[in-house]
Amino acid sequence: MPEPLLSLDGVHTHIGRYHILQGVDLAVPRGGFTVLLGRNGAGKTTTLRTIMGMWKASKGSIRFAGNDVTARPTPQIASAGIAYVPENMSIFAGLTVRENLVLAARSGEIDPKRLEWIFSLFPALQRFFGLAAGALSGGQKQMLSIARALIEPRELILVDEPTKGLAPAIVSNMIRAFREVKNAGATVLLVEQNFMAARMLGDTVAVMDDGRIVHQGLMAELAADHALQHRLLGLHLDKHQ
Amino acid sequence: MTDRTAEKEEVRAGAAIDWTPILLTVAVALAAIPLVGSFSTWVTLTVAALAMGMMIFIMASGLTLVFGLMDVINFGHGVFISVGAYMGLLVLWPLAGWVDSSSVFLNVAVLLLCIAFAMAATGLFGLAFERVIVRPVYGQHLKQILVTMGGLIVVEQLLYAFFGGNPITIALPQSFRGGLAFGPDIVVERYRLIAVAVGVVVFLGMLLVLNRTRIGLLVRAGVENAEMVEALGYNIRRLFIGVFVAGSALAGLGGVMWGFYQQTLTVGMGLQVLVLIFIVVIIGGLGSIGGCLIGSLLVALIANYTAFIEPKIALVSNIGLMLAVLLWRPQGLYPVTKS
Repeated sequence: MPEPLLSLDGVHTHIGRYHILQGVDLAVPRGGFTVLLGRNGAGKTTTLRTIMGMWKASKGSIRFAGNDVTARPTPQIASAGIAYVPENMSIFAGLTVRENLVLAARSGEIDPKRLEWIFSLFPALQRFFGLAAGALSGGQKQMLSIARALIEPRELILVDEPTKGLAPAIVSNMIRAFREVKNAGATVLLVEQNFMAARMLGDTVAVMDDGRIVHQGLMAELAADHALQHRLLGLHLDKHQ
Repeated sequence: MTDRTAEKEEVRAGAAIDWTPILLTVAVALAAIPLVGSFSTWVTLTVAALAMGMMIFIMASGLTLVFGLMDVINFGHGVFISVGAYMGLLVLWPLAGWVDSSSVFLNVAVLLLCIAFAMAATGLFGLAFERVIVRPVYGQHLKQILVTMGGLIVVEQLLYAFFGGNPITIALPQSFRGGLAFGPDIVVERYRLIAVAVGVVVFLGMLLVLNRTRIGLLVRAGVENAEMVEALGYNIRRLFIGVFVAGSALAGLGGVMWGFYQQTLTVGMGLQVLVLIFIVVIIGGLGSIGGCLIGSLLVALIANYTAFIEPKIALVSNIGLMLAVLLWRPQGLYPVTKS
């Protein structure tokens, strides 16, 4: 079995006095979509931020492309080939759309072909290319945030709830764009609460609860097994009703 | 209106320059004409205010970027101004002949040498200050205030030890003394015009660097969201050190200009102007260079006009201005969006 592109082995993360991740074991295979599902507060965002080094793992190890990146600072992890699309988008509002993309292209130059491809995924970005990113709508900001991760080829893209709070039409566009990204051979770890979207995109799936991975397998198996769905994804409903 | 048109108009509106604070500054200046009473006096006061405002801007611009980029409250910034002024003095002493020479070339040369040496020395001093004093207290505001204030006191005492406690009088280079007459009643001091010109050059230079270079792009992005800049693969600490050094060097430049303006150097001159600088940084919007410029001009205009019209009010005019601006715009005149 080939070594996964990214693997987390017994990762614990503390934020202040809170013990958020309590031994996360996760493998992200190269060249596919892995979807991380789970209820609010399960630790999905913390997992992504810990991978990026924004919160340091207090125990366990994170390996990326064969190297231990657990203790590396965020810029080094990003430079190793991981792009991050945070939940709150974190676009630079005072910069233009073009400047946001130029900044994300660490070579300093945007590859015109790559830009054409991004414009084909998100045509709104072409219309507003020279205008302030802060004035974009919520959906357009999300597109820009994703485009920033795609502007250069990266080995792995971490995406945190890209469909959250977006109108259904924009979610459909987003799923279409992600399908193209998937067809281009990118490896993506996607955090998502929308199971319909997750099912359409995911090759493999991991389900989190209480800071641990409680299930990992093929998305097709989970999609076909209603009892498993109910047990894993209905579990949180029972807990929070 | 189609959705797309509405969308475009929304974006254009968002990208437009906010002219209100600029027009407010002009309105303040114009409103003072009848209150001052004499047009020639108004011109003199206004040019003096522009000169003072530009010098405050030079001194404050580094501080606002340092705060915006790394959320560091540096109360030690005032001492960079004093250090800059005294480093200029070290150049001025051996070149006293150039100061009194009637050659414009020598006069300009001595000013430029003072500025260059002061900026280099203050930049290096800023580098050491960041490493020794600021770095251990990143993210801890209370400790930053205490430690940087402590640093200021220590360095002030070192300046006392080296230069003595008495004020030191310095002379303006010969060509910069006196005034230029515009018509029968209006006389403007030459040095004030030079101070305005230096301020404009610094502002345009900063705009050029911030808007036309990759470093500038990183600084603008870092002021908004330093964490995301790191997530894109850039080392924000290294960038911050660069900005800290540049901000210190600018404070040194401001110290030289301010020293020549006052024609007297005191060790406490930086601390005296620090209050004005903080007011400017707050009302301008933390991390905003444009806000820093407009804030500096507003502070200087109001200080000069009130000092002439009602000196007692002048004592509280800047605090009053800050309160009024914060009631109007709690994040400052040009708030920087933090994402």
